[in-house]
Amino acid sequence: MTATNIQSPRSGQSGSGKIAPKYQRSGSSRSNFEMLAWLFMRLSGVVLVVLIFGHLFVNLLVGEGIHAIDFGFVAGKWADPFWQFWDLAMLWLAMLHGTNGVRTIINDYAEKDASRFWLKVVLYAATTVIVILGTLVIFTFNPCPVVDGVQLPGGFCPKP
Amino acid sequence: MPTKPAGTLYRGREGMWSWVGHRITGVVIFFFLLVHVLDTSLVRVSPEAYTAVIGAYKNPLMALGETGLVAAILFHAFNGLRVIAVDFWKKGAKYQRQMLWIVLAVWLVVFAGFAIRHLSLALGGH
Ligand code: HEM
Ligand code: HEM
Repeated sequence: MTATNIQSPRSGQSGSGKIAPKYQRSGSSRSNFEMLAWLFMRLSGVVLVVLIFGHLFVNLLVGEGIHAIDFGFVAGKWADPFWQFWDLAMLWLAMLHGTNGVRTIINDYAEKDASRFWLKVVLYAATTVIVILGTLVIFTFNPCPVVDGVQLPGGFCPKP
Repeated sequence: MPTKPAGTLYRGREGMWSWVGHRITGVVIFFFLLVHVLDTSLVRVSPEAYTAVIGAYKNPLMALGETGLVAAILFHAFNGLRVIAVDFWKKGAKYQRQMLWIVLAVWLVVFAGFAIRHLSLALGGH
């Protein structure tokens, strides 16, 4: 004679230790994109504090502050790979963080499917253009342009 | 007439207003950043083009605008760290209100320091 099996709650088959598929909250077919986005907002936020505070400090509070900013100032910074990568990281993290944040806001307020869709198309298009443009600017930048046959002054430029 | 629901822990309280502030500052910074990358990209056009546009950042009205922008960033940054603490720190949810007051205090001190230095540099004789 076989013993009667009493299934434990939410188990598929007794003893299998698994939750029956109909009770599974996140089906394996669904991705965990939203959870990763949530995590990314927090990790990027912590890094952005350092990057943005550093950016503002160096550009606005040191020396003459904003009056020191001109072409030569940017050239001087981007002649150094340290600031190139600083700005690159800031560009990518701030844009992805901001884009994901605005995506959340669109999801919250745009109620019609069509308006959600088109607002996000505009958002992603703007993000793509800005991230690519910003990246190209940092890496194709020539800190020592020759204007009208004259080498711009700058201690870091090779003599022509 | 609809009446105000009694005894809500969230609506109309600190938690809600800090969220409203976080959302508004986040959007403001985002739109600034779109424009900021465009103006910075002028360094690829010509030194004159860049210097002309950045010159616009140096007038007194813009100095106030920059100060406002930095006020927004400082709030978003400090409150963002508070949100992170609420989510990851065991006692975060319990102390979220106290942490908001800390955020506002730190914001006030850092912002005052920034504003004094930036405005005296930007508006000072040059
Ligand atoms: C300075 C460092 C920053 C920190 C510590 C930070 C932190 C955060 C955190 C933790 C969130 C998630 C809030 C939540 O899930 O409720 C968030 C949301 C957001 N952030 Fe930031 N952030 C920073 C910089 C930025 C920048 C530079 C931008 C713009 C480019 C930005 C735009 C946004 C937006 C639009 C949201 C969505 C707000 C919402 O859903 O209500 N943040 N931020
Ligand atoms: C009013 C305050 C600001 C001023 C005067 C300013 C100035 C500058 C300058 C002169 C550059 C050229 C390169 C460099 O110096 O590193 C630059 C680049 C950059 N800034 Fe700012 N900045 C300000 C605020 C911000 C904020 C709040 C953010 C972030 C949300 C930001 C993000 C960036 C990025 C991503 C780049 C690189 C752009 C590219 O890839 O073409 N800046 N900024």
